[in-house]
Amino acid sequence: MKAHLTRRYWFSASHRLHSESMSPEENRRTYGKCNNPHGHGHNYALEVTVSGPVNQATGMVCNLVDLDEFVHGHILERFGHENLNMLPAFGQRVPTTENLCREIFEILQRGFTTAHLEKVRLEETMMNSFEFAGDAEVRK
Amino acid sequence: MVYLTRKAEFSASHYYHNPQFSPEENRRIFGKCNNPNGHGHNYTLEVTVKGDVDPRSGFVVDLKRLKEILNREVLDALDHRFLNKEVPEFATRIPTTENIAISVWQRLYSRLERAELHRVRVYETPDLFVDYYGE
Repeated sequence: MKAHLTRRYWFSASHRLHSESMSPEENRRTYGKCNNPHGHGHNYALEVTVSGPVNQATGMVCNLVDLDEFVHGHILERFGHENLNMLPAFGQRVPTTENLCREIFEILQRGFTTAHLEKVRLEETMMNSFEFAGDAEVRK
Repeated sequence: MVYLTRKAEFSASHYYHNPQFSPEENRRIFGKCNNPNGHGHNYTLEVTVKGDVDPRSGFVVDLKRLKEILNREVLDALDHRFLNKEVPEFATRIPTTENIAISVWQRLYSRLERAELHRVRVYETPDLFVDYYGE
């Protein structure tokens, strides 16, 4: 029997939305207040969903300790209390929450192999959230 | 097709233990959840059903009936219980959030009228939940 397990985490980071391929005027028009050169920050809420058969011996899709350890070590420590624009992942890409969501999905997909990665959902604020499931459709 | 979700809450205690594991293995795999005296959670349950809207009533499902079924089949059995000791399926299955979601699905599936069960979501805490789609 296959179940989907979702765990929610928090981290805070700053960013500035600015594209080198746009003129200053176009940047301001496109990104508005988010283009402020000094940056601004958010409390991001991250939801990681993994899926798989429920192991009969443990009753689990995967041990939460393993998922927590991976997410803390590879995601929360990397992005928490950082300026996203200064990180290598965003050297060439604008650190929008779309791109951050995709980046986090890719880190998990490469490194967390204990269960199938289903989806990453990222809330930038309580009003905005983003979901990415790789090549798959986001399941409701 | 319209999807309708009904929410419910129940509080229960449980512990994780597999008698086929050694005491050491049980502690290593289940950590604090292995305490045989149990610990508890306020669970939130979301039951999503799907179906076509009945042209006469305008309903996918009669919520009164859904609530009755949910109360009788699930909440009466799980609320304020020690899951390992008082709920028959957890005598042989560890009452993890995964298995609770499966159990809720099995308790509801054949008893729903008109609408079809789409998803059972069980929150153990606001930061941890499991979805089961009957697969």
